Amino acid sequence: MESEIIKIRDFSAGYGQNFVLKNINLSFEKNKVTAIMGPSGCGKSTLIRCINRMHELNLDAIHKGDILFNGKSVFETNPILLRKKIGMVFQRPNPFPTMSIYDNVIAGYRLNGIKLSKKEFDLIVEDSLKKAFLWEEVKDNLHKKGTFLSGGQQQRLCIARAMAVNPDVLLLDEPTSALDPKATAMIEELIVELKKTVTIILVTHNRTQAARVSDFTVFLYLGELIEYGSTETIFTTPKNPKTEEYLIGKFG
Amino acid sequence: MLRDRFFKFGLKLAGGLIALLIFSIFVSLVIASIPSIKEFGLSFVFGKEWNPVEEHFSALPFIIGTLLTSVLALAISLPFSLAIAFFSGEFSKKGLISSLIAYATDLLAGIPSVIYGFWGLFFLVPLIRKLELSFNIPPYGVGIFTASLVLSIMIIPYASSMARDVIALVPSDLKEAGFALGSTRLEVIKKVIFPYSVSGIFAGLLLAFGRAIGETMAVTMVIGNANRIPHSLFEPANTLASVIANEFTEATSDIHLSSLIYLGLILFIITFFINYIGNMIIERMSVNGRS
Ligand SMILES: Nc1ncnc2c1ncn2[C@@H]1O[C@H](COP(=O)(O)OP(=O)(O)O)[C@@H](O)[C@H]1O
Ligand SMILES: [Mg+2]
Repeated sequence: MESEIIKIRDFSAGYGQNFVLKNINLSFEKNKVTAIMGPSGCGKSTLIRCINRMHELNLDAIHKGDILFNGKSVFETNPILLRKKIGMVFQRPNPFPTMSIYDNVIAGYRLNGIKLSKKEFDLIVEDSLKKAFLWEEVKDNLHKKGTFLSGGQQQRLCIARAMAVNPDVLLLDEPTSALDPKATAMIEELIVELKKTVTIILVTHNRTQAARVSDFTVFLYLGELIEYGSTETIFTTPKNPKTEEYLIGKFG
Repeated sequence: MLRDRFFKFGLKLAGGLIALLIFSIFVSLVIASIPSIKEFGLSFVFGKEWNPVEEHFSALPFIIGTLLTSVLALAISLPFSLAIAFFSGEFSKKGLISSLIAYATDLLAGIPSVIYGFWGLFFLVPLIRKLELSFNIPPYGVGIFTASLVLSIMIIPYASSMARDVIALVPSDLKEAGFALGSTRLEVIKKVIFPYSVSGIFAGLLLAFGRAIGETMAVTMVIGNANRIPHSLFEPANTLASVIANEFTEATSDIHLSSLIYLGLILFIITFFINYIGNMIIERMSVNGRS
């Protein structure tokens, strides 16, 4: 049972008076990639932003039900500590433009005022950039600004930044939707590699991406969980006709 | 295409005209200062005495007075300007309180400076006098400090509105990246928002500083109009602008008049340099500048 690192229980969330997510029950397996799919606006981003409590940054955010992380309710966990354990990568690469590549990687430490020796930081930077398949490309330019990198490199830098604080879970919200096919392929390769160290929850629009990299697939539609299962099952023998329609491209 | 060309030409013409205008102001200042330049030369800039009776003129007391009042005013207004900017640019972009604050700061910019001068004269001066009495220093009431206080209020809108705009423009995905790394709001403000907007904040401060340097009416009314180098912040003094305003109408001799214009030339040059250096610094600090 302990393989389920995150459990979502009777969970609804939304904005103002309006629940966007309706009564979701769902668990995420440790060290696996779970893809969350569904047409635009069905609540994928809202769902993963509830897991690290980023949803609450919206002034009118509402939720009910519970999300457990390692058996403990995230809503009873300090969000600051929670987010150090549950990292996030966004749709658009967003390295800090005022910081060098080096400082971007250790931004999680710099921002939170954690001081380590230069040696320790050097190690973290090298290790994280290697984990993100970026080291070879930037090792001679660590003190240049991250904004001069290509889109794909910037996104890998953001992954390195998230990995540098040793999270248990990585939330990826359509991380390749702004990238070209080559950069996308690289990130997909990276995701498969990363699941050795972290649990990955991947929101994606891209059906073949989900098929290629994920172990489990969740299909959301209009804020409801339609189907959940191993990626193989979902893609070969979906139980719900809606899932099948989505997968063959009838909508979304 | 042709219209494009015309448009471009028009823009160039307007830009060129402004440059020409500034240049011709400079030239006419130089020409009108020539008698004084001939008489006193560069030692005018560093001399300590301004004595219309003996017709001995020099600028140092006023240069010092100008820089002292402006720097002090900027320092006093800085925490308030930044607080207003961060509050209305980040904490509360919408809502009653922030629109009230925006309205109030805009209003500050609209009040004529003679009103500030009156307020300083009738409200601040007696207050400062009491303060000086309690510190056992000569109770002038008027002086550098009083002028700086008045100025500091006058320049708040210039510093804060520019800073507010650049803070509000910080992309929200950068802030989210900060929060997602487990940062608190304060940490995000300090290490994400501030570095991103620092060049704009600085530009606003520069604008405010330039405004303080050139402000004439309000300063003239509360600075005490003493033509000597001040030895303390509580002594009466004069700025370049205030001495010109104060003596221009009563300057009878040519050399007196020409020396006042020479002061104006110095003020012009100081303003020019501060803008120039400031722009260089802004370029260095700006997000897109190379590291
Ligand atoms: N900040 C917000 N305020 C109000 N409604 C929002 C906000 N963000 C998203 N929504 C609404 O919530 C629904 C789900 O959005 P989202 O979770 O972003 O969907 P997805 O990521 O699947 O495209 C959409 O209908 C969207 O309009
Ligand atoms: Mg989304």
